[in-house]
Amino acid sequence: MQDWEIVIGLEIHTQLKTKSKIFSGASTDFGAAPNTQACAIDLGFPGVLPTVNTRVYEKAVAFGLAIGATINLTSVFDRKNYFYPDSPKGYQITQLETPIVVGGSVDIILKDGSVKTIQVTRAHLEEDAGKSMHEDYHGKTGIDLNRAGTPLLEIVSEPDMRSAEEAVAYARYIHQLVTYLGVSDGDMSQGSLRCDANVSIRPMGTEAMGTRTETKNVNSFRFLERAINHEVERQIAVLESGGRIRQETRLYDSDKDETRPMRSKETATDYRYFPEPDLLPIHITQDYIETVRQQMPELPEAKIQRFVRDYDLNEADAEVLASTVALADYFETVARVGGDAKLAANWVRVELLGQMNRDSLTPSAESLSAISLSANALGMLLARIKDGTISGKIAKTVFAALWHGEATDPDTYIATQGLTQVSNSNELIPIVDSVIENNPQQAAQYREGKTKLIGFFVGQVMRQTAGKANPQQVSDLVQQRLLD
Amino acid sequence: MSELHDKTISQLLLDLDNKAFSSVELTGHYLDRIERLDPAINSYITVLREPALARAAAMDVARQKGIHPPLAGIPIAHKDIICTQGVRTSAGSRMLDNFIAPYNATLVEQLNDAGVVTLGKTNMDEFAMGSSNENSYYGPVRNPWRADRVPGGSSGGSAASLAAGLCAATTGTDTGGSIRQPAAFCGITGLKPTYGRVSRWGVIAYASSLDQAGPMARTAEDAAHLLQAMAGFDHRDSTSINQPVPDYLAQINGSIKGLKIGICTEYFDEGLDDDIRTAVMAAAKTLESMGAILSEVSLPNTQHAIPAYYVIAPAECSSNLARYDGVRFGYRCADPESIEDLYKRSRSEGFGREVKSRIMVGTFALSAGYYEAYYRKAQQIRRLISADFSQVFDQVDYILGPTTPSTAFKLGEKVDDQVAMYLQDIYTIAVNLAGLPAISIPAGQSQGLPIGLQLIGRHLDEGGLLKVAHNFQQASDWHAQRPNDGQ
Repeated sequence: MQDWEIVIGLEIHTQLKTKSKIFSGASTDFGAAPNTQACAIDLGFPGVLPTVNTRVYEKAVAFGLAIGATINLTSVFDRKNYFYPDSPKGYQITQLETPIVVGGSVDIILKDGSVKTIQVTRAHLEEDAGKSMHEDYHGKTGIDLNRAGTPLLEIVSEPDMRSAEEAVAYARYIHQLVTYLGVSDGDMSQGSLRCDANVSIRPMGTEAMGTRTETKNVNSFRFLERAINHEVERQIAVLESGGRIRQETRLYDSDKDETRPMRSKETATDYRYFPEPDLLPIHITQDYIETVRQQMPELPEAKIQRFVRDYDLNEADAEVLASTVALADYFETVARVGGDAKLAANWVRVELLGQMNRDSLTPSAESLSAISLSANALGMLLARIKDGTISGKIAKTVFAALWHGEATDPDTYIATQGLTQVSNSNELIPIVDSVIENNPQQAAQYREGKTKLIGFFVGQVMRQTAGKANPQQVSDLVQQRLLD
Repeated sequence: MSELHDKTISQLLLDLDNKAFSSVELTGHYLDRIERLDPAINSYITVLREPALARAAAMDVARQKGIHPPLAGIPIAHKDIICTQGVRTSAGSRMLDNFIAPYNATLVEQLNDAGVVTLGKTNMDEFAMGSSNENSYYGPVRNPWRADRVPGGSSGGSAASLAAGLCAATTGTDTGGSIRQPAAFCGITGLKPTYGRVSRWGVIAYASSLDQAGPMARTAEDAAHLLQAMAGFDHRDSTSINQPVPDYLAQINGSIKGLKIGICTEYFDEGLDDDIRTAVMAAAKTLESMGAILSEVSLPNTQHAIPAYYVIAPAECSSNLARYDGVRFGYRCADPESIEDLYKRSRSEGFGREVKSRIMVGTFALSAGYYEAYYRKAQQIRRLISADFSQVFDQVDYILGPTTPSTAFKLGEKVDDQVAMYLQDIYTIAVNLAGLPAISIPAGQSQGLPIGLQLIGRHLDEGGLLKVAHNFQQASDWHAQRPNDGQ
């Protein structure tokens, strides 16, 4: 059996987070009624002209700086000509010869912990097309041009990835980066990040590239992995049965979980690119680049290192907490208010993310601002653990109440529910004594040196106090009374 | 005293101020003439009788109140490639016969703000492609000077309506000579401003890097009146120039003494009609007698202008006209069987022959494997042509020559000879490739047909061009000649 090497390059289209479209003033909001957010410019009416929403430069430059790319001080828009009903002008405005971002690279971490560098070829600005809708029109096609003119940054990688896992790790990294930078909202369910995968295979150890296919418009990481694996299996099967790979564009059908051809190169459109005469070249100054650089938020890697350094977290916890800007901000608030970063890290990672996961929530800015439990409240809760007002166990009860919106202020809840920890020795000593008295066998074993039994006694006392006793204090008292 | 419909804007403004007549009377006079005379000329596609009279009445009221915009009540017409809100804007094409523009072009807004009355929309070669106005879905336009002659194109309707006394002034667009050539054929004054001086927003695109709208008028002074309103930066047009607009009306009255005018040798080649050569040289002498300094200059790449233009303009047009696909607006074929069928038949039936020819040429020039040989080479030629002009403008202030190689030719004469038709633009096209301003003014007649003189100026020197033209018109009366319409 032949060993095959898989070669993958990705083109990632990310929607830029701007209020209005790239070449018109129409809104980019998602989910409006069809064709209510398309103005005459988006509709390609006679006599209209595009003008560039300059916010897109800022986003592209921030992305370029984040991956160590070269920013072209002059870049040019081109027209890509093709007929399609959801392409209102008959051409797409994009950048071919002189994109705004050239080069750069990102480091991805693989499952085995190794680091791999993926080179980025370029990133260019372009406009999105509208959507054709084939259902509900009785054999006809409906067109929604709301999305037409939405700004995109197309990020093109070198063919540096050697497995679907690497491709997904790269795509996830790009997704995290553009979300971090505020370049994109990263909401993949709304099509904010879409991948085209260029896949080829070659006999292991050979240099020459195999014929590649392009699988278009994959809009989730799970689908990306499956689409690539399917395509690799298909190519291996074709080659091993003596066939040839055709250079073609394929579509991943997530319902059938297969890729199938869209169009082959023989019938491929000649896009007849030429410089867009309605727009002047984009000129960017070094000063502008510096301004963008200064306004850039802390990037994931720097944040992780800072968490490890300043909060004394381990790398794994830091990575989880820095996975989104919103979660990192949430954690830092909890740590500040609670006064204990490690405790905060533990609670955010285990309790908060555990609860969110159970409720099928991801730690995005939207969901973290939507949940009932504010970072401030969680911080206050942790402060009450720290100062001994409540035990960790009781804190979980309070956490649940806060999560479900039964309370907003932990202190009020603790007070009204009478959850304050019993720390008064005079109250606890009789209970400790009665527990020792009722368990003479265990007491004898403890005294003979089986000190692990301390946990048993503490547990008994906690049960009798309904968890309100201070466990550390109970432990001290048990030891003291047993050895008396 | 000249007839009402032959008066210049300057004269009309005085008369309106002096209450010699009202704008309603003036507008009504033009509308009546259009009704009576235009069936034979066909210079209008759409006449806006009621809206024009209502607008004129409003301007009369404004004028009575004493505070009114500068051109209050002056009746003009727009080339039908310029979008006018709520009014059909056809670009002379079946494709847009049903297109009601939902917005005004910026220049329409500007002229409205200046107080003009819009009489209607003028006929033109389809999508501004043509030099004879024979490529219109609405039929050819006849030259008011002689009915068997073309008015030139593509702004043929605008030039003819003005020459026939069917408006006080008009707008046109010029991509390769489409203001200047019909101005020359119809004996009027036509200015193509610097590329970017007048906003292209709302002007239906033919070739975006070359298209420029400008005024067509009886005199240079009238053209200055219109340009004053039309010129200026527009944030909706990225290629519009953000420079202040000078006071053109003040500039035109300056002296031309000491101005250096270069006579371009390449523009007096063997293809030039002898009467035109004689008339243009005589005009040059007139300017010299007024103090201008004449010299010979050379634009050696002139011969490459037409081939370069007929790559660049069709290439851009092939892309600009892709939006006319029958999907969202405009002509749609009956009962399409598929999206391909919809595209093919809508475009085959909606576009005329010349437009389809240029779309095909442009598509070919941009296609893979030919781009380098055609489009990129044409852009190189374009730079050489610009360099020619820069060099000459180091020596002289203006370049003088004929606007066209011949006077108005006969209808049908060149319809089957595309190259002969394209050669009509031989003296005008390089100006568009270089983005420069140029003006055509009447400078003589040959067998009863007008001869046009072209002056080319430096970037943004519209004021200077209008000044030279105005000085010439002070010393000549070719611009005051009118065709005999027998009315």
